Amino acid sequence: MTAMQHDPAYNFAYLDEQTKRMIRRALLKALAIPGYQVPFASREMPMPYGWGTGGVQVTAACLTPEDRLKVIDQGADDTTNAVSIRKFFERTAGVATTEHTNEASVIQTRHRIPEAPLGAGQILVYQVPIPEPLRFLEPRETETRKMHALEEYGLMYVKLYEDIAHNGAISTAYAYPVKVEGRYVMDPSPIPKFDNPKLESGAIQLFGAGREQRIYAIPPYTQVVSLDFEDHPFEPSKADHDCDLCGCGTSYLDEVITDDAGGRMFVCSDTDFCAARQAEGHRGRLSGEDAA
Amino acid sequence: MTPLLQVRDLTKRYGARLGCGDVSFDLYPGEVMGIVGESGSGKSTLLNCLAGNQPPDEGQVIFDTRADGPVDTLTMSEPERRMLGRTDWAFVHQNARDGLRMGVSAGANVGERLMAVGARHYGDIRAQAVDWLGRVEIAEDRVDDRPRAFSGGMQQRLQIARNLVTGPRLVFMDEPTGGLDVSVQARLLDLLRGLVREMGLSAIIVTHDLAVVRLLADRLMVMKSGAVVETGLTDQVLDDPQHGYTQLLVSSVLQV
Repeated sequence: MTAMQHDPAYNFAYLDEQTKRMIRRALLKALAIPGYQVPFASREMPMPYGWGTGGVQVTAACLTPEDRLKVIDQGADDTTNAVSIRKFFERTAGVATTEHTNEASVIQTRHRIPEAPLGAGQILVYQVPIPEPLRFLEPRETETRKMHALEEYGLMYVKLYEDIAHNGAISTAYAYPVKVEGRYVMDPSPIPKFDNPKLESGAIQLFGAGREQRIYAIPPYTQVVSLDFEDHPFEPSKADHDCDLCGCGTSYLDEVITDDAGGRMFVCSDTDFCAARQAEGHRGRLSGEDAA
Repeated sequence: MTPLLQVRDLTKRYGARLGCGDVSFDLYPGEVMGIVGESGSGKSTLLNCLAGNQPPDEGQVIFDTRADGPVDTLTMSEPERRMLGRTDWAFVHQNARDGLRMGVSAGANVGERLMAVGARHYGDIRAQAVDWLGRVEIAEDRVDDRPRAFSGGMQQRLQIARNLVTGPRLVFMDEPTGGLDVSVQARLLDLLRGLVREMGLSAIIVTHDLAVVRLLADRLMVMKSGAVVETGLTDQVLDDPQHGYTQLLVSSVLQV
C-alpha cells in the first residue's frame, strides 16, 4: 500500500510532543510492572470515546516515521473503525501502512489478536473499553485498587463461580481475566478467550483505555495465565466449524448470516490470515461461490 | 489461659465529642460478650474500632493470632489486618445488605470467603456452600438464587453462613436481630446459639435488645454516653442491676 503524505498542519502522529512524552512515561512504567494499570492524562481525540481513543493515543506515542502500521477491528482490516484509524495516521503521521501481519511493526487492534504469530520488533496496541476486571463485582475504584495492591483476587473467582453455577461451565467468552507474571489480574480487553494463549508472545503488548485514562502492558515472553478452577480448567473455544473460504480448522471464526432463510457461513475473523491462505490455494466449502 | 482478645483503654473521639472512652476488657476463647446501651451510647463505635473498620484514637486491641500469639491489631499492617478479617474474624452487619453481595447467588456469597483464602476447586466450594446453607436452614434449591429473592430473615441467615464458612474464632455482631419480626428473631437466636456453642466461637454482640443478650451472652457490658458503666455476668447484671442507668434499662423492657 502506498504511504500517504503527512499533512504538515499536524504534528507528527497528531499529538503534541509533550503529550507523547507523558504517554511514553506511562508506557515504560506499565512495562516495568506487567499488568498494573497506570493512570495517564488521556486527551480528547478527534473521535468519540469507545472508538479507540486509548489505543490511538498509545499508537501515536509509539510511532516513528519508519514504522509500518496495521489496524484491525475484530480481526478485519476493512471495517469502518480500522479504515478510519489507518487513514488518520496516514494523514497525520504519513507512515506506511500494511494489511499483512508479518510486515507490520505496530499493530493497533480492537477485540482480536492476529492469527499469525507475533515476534520481536512488533508492538500490538489494544483498544480497551474497561480496564478494571473487578469493576462489575466491586464498583468502588478505591476498593479495587486496594484489592490489586494487596493481591486480593478471591472476588474474580466469584464471577467464574457464578458462570458455572448458572451455566454449568465458565461461560465468560471474551475479556477473560488473566494473571500476569503471577501478580496482577488483568482484563485482556474484549478479545475472545480463544486468543488468551496468544497473550504469551514475543511482541510488546500495550493496552490503552482512553475514557478510563489507564495504560497497562505485557512485556515480551511474560507469563500470562487464564484464571480457572481445578475442576473446571480454562478452555479456549471457537465455533466448531472450518472456515468456508479458506478451509482453516484452527482459526477463530465469525458467523455471517447470508440470507433470511437460515443460511449462514463461517469465515476467519482475521481477514489477512484468510486471504493469505486463499492465495496459497486453500479452499473452503463456499469458495468459488458468490458468498456475499 | 491466654485471652483471645485483650482491649486496653480504647478511646475514639469525633472531634470534641466522645465516641467511646477508656474501654478495657478481656475476652476468653468460647466466651460471648454482649454490649448493651441506648442509641448513641458508643456501642457501634466501639465494635467498629475493635473490628478495624474505624481507627481508634488511643488504646490497644490485642488479638491472640494462630501464628504469632498476641498481636496488637491496630499496629498490624493493612494486608495482615484484612487477612485476619476474612479468616479468623467475622463481622455480621445489622443490615444484611451491607454484608452480602446482592448481585451474585447465595452460593457465591458463601463461597467468596473460601475463594478469598485460596480455594480453587469449584466442586468443593459448592459442597461447602450447600452444607452451610443447610446449617442456617436455607434449602439446597435456593443456592443459585440471589439474596434479593430472599426474605429479611433468610438474608440475615445467609450473612451468618457467609461469615462462618471459614471457621472464624471471633465474630463481631452489630444488632444481628435488628429489623426482624419476633418469631424470625427467635429462630435466628436459636440458630446463633447453636452455632456459637457447637463451633466454640467467641463473639461480641452489640444490641439494645436485652432478650438477645440474655439468650446468647455469658458476660455483659453496659454503656452510656461512651463509657462503660457496668460489667458482669449476664444474669447477674440483668437480675441485680447496680448502676442507675442499668436499672432503668432493665425496667424499661415490657413484660408481656
